[in-house]
Amino acid sequence: MVQIMGLTGDEAIAYAAKQSKVDVVAAYPITPQTIIVEAFSEYVHNGEVHTEFVCVESEHSAMSACIGSSLTGARVFTATSSQGLALMHEMLYIASGLRCPIVMGVVNRALSAPINIHGDHSDMMGSRDCGWIQIYCENAQEAYDWVLQAFKIAEDPEVLLPITVNIDGFILSHALERVEVYHDKDVENFLSFRNSTLKLDPDTPFTVGALCFTDYYFETKRQQAEALKIAPKVIDKVNSEFEVLAGKKYSQMDTYGLEDAEAAIICLGSTAGTAKAVAKDLRSQGKKVGVIKPWVYRPFPCDQLLEATKNLKALAVLDRAYSPGAPYSALCSDVVSTLYQNGKQLNVFNIVYGLGGRDITPMDLHAIFNETLEVAETKAVKEPLKFVGVRE
Amino acid sequence: MSKEAKLGWKTMPIGGFLLEPGSALKYKTGDWRAFKPLVDQSKCINCLLCWIYCPDAAIIRKEKFIEVNYDYCKGCGICANECPVKAIIMVEDKK
Repeated sequence: MVQIMGLTGDEAIAYAAKQSKVDVVAAYPITPQTIIVEAFSEYVHNGEVHTEFVCVESEHSAMSACIGSSLTGARVFTATSSQGLALMHEMLYIASGLRCPIVMGVVNRALSAPINIHGDHSDMMGSRDCGWIQIYCENAQEAYDWVLQAFKIAEDPEVLLPITVNIDGFILSHALERVEVYHDKDVENFLSFRNSTLKLDPDTPFTVGALCFTDYYFETKRQQAEALKIAPKVIDKVNSEFEVLAGKKYSQMDTYGLEDAEAAIICLGSTAGTAKAVAKDLRSQGKKVGVIKPWVYRPFPCDQLLEATKNLKALAVLDRAYSPGAPYSALCSDVVSTLYQNGKQLNVFNIVYGLGGRDITPMDLHAIFNETLEVAETKAVKEPLKFVGVRE
Repeated sequence: MSKEAKLGWKTMPIGGFLLEPGSALKYKTGDWRAFKPLVDQSKCINCLLCWIYCPDAAIIRKEKFIEVNYDYCKGCGICANECPVKAIIMVEDKK
């Protein structure tokens, strides 16, 4: 049973957090905040939730409050964006290091300077190695669905890691979409209360945040690596349980047209939607193109990528963030590493696009597909990394 | 540092958590030391200024003089600096 609602990406995430019955939300309500916490504060004000809403004085404090709350066994949610995420950077590592299963909506926006408020992935890619599970969504429906699943994945005793659910700034955060929401009771059946075996409690005191020098720090990080290694198994399990609730199956990677595609685009977030529409058009003209969209970016779905690319002859990797001075930007580095590690020969090139919210149009994607088809044909990559949509 | 076998990542608690209190006792910080305090017990007047000032509680009170607990003494030298009769000197700790 579903109900249809008109929700922006921000509201969809807030609604999912509401249905997840979060115990604590700590947020700093100023730019660059999002409508996610604004919408959630209305639920609190209206008495629709029993959440402790903590207004703190910065994003750094917001994440600190979330960490403290999470350690007491509470289900914790927050949201941020851009400079706010950058200010949280230090605490992101502490949240994952202390194994706090916090779920955070991140509205991906550019980082200053120059100052800009529009959508790109620079913020999350800047904190890519913070040890959080990172999920990117194509539309508001996916954002809603993934937040519900994120709590269950994060809080699994084998995982116990925080998760960011990423949506593209403005493109998804502020655009009103049709979202199918599930009944509160059904969500409750899918997602029960957090059951924490280890929590700060006067009856069971323990020490958190003790000094771990050369003798124990490395082992603690190794444990985090293991949790990320186990996470895909748990994600699969939660995806299957979610299918019972929603009637649709998520996985770590979404694909389109790959049954016969020779050339494909791989990208994160909302661009995949436009790419699928363009691919559909090209496929109706008999061109063998496809789209790959990792839902889960960390841990990187290597096996799924190998499966998805096994029949491809060329792959364009679209990055909405730039790694200055690196041979490839973030997503392309992961793609190339995965292929190389498994001895797979594939013509790959990297396209950096859409920085600071610059639109990527169907025409741009049309041209990229044609270029990828040309690379598949000629087996030669002219430029390993290029910028698309920037004026000369 | 303690010579006991350390736990590996498979057996230790997650998150660097310490599930039982009192673990600082097992953490022998004496091996951080570069200089070591030596006490001339014939000069010691048992005024206990060193005992008050020691930041690591590494001064042991005896009836007529003091001793140093080298398991925890980090060799900061505060005791030698504060001793009014220069009964404590700092020497290089050759390990």
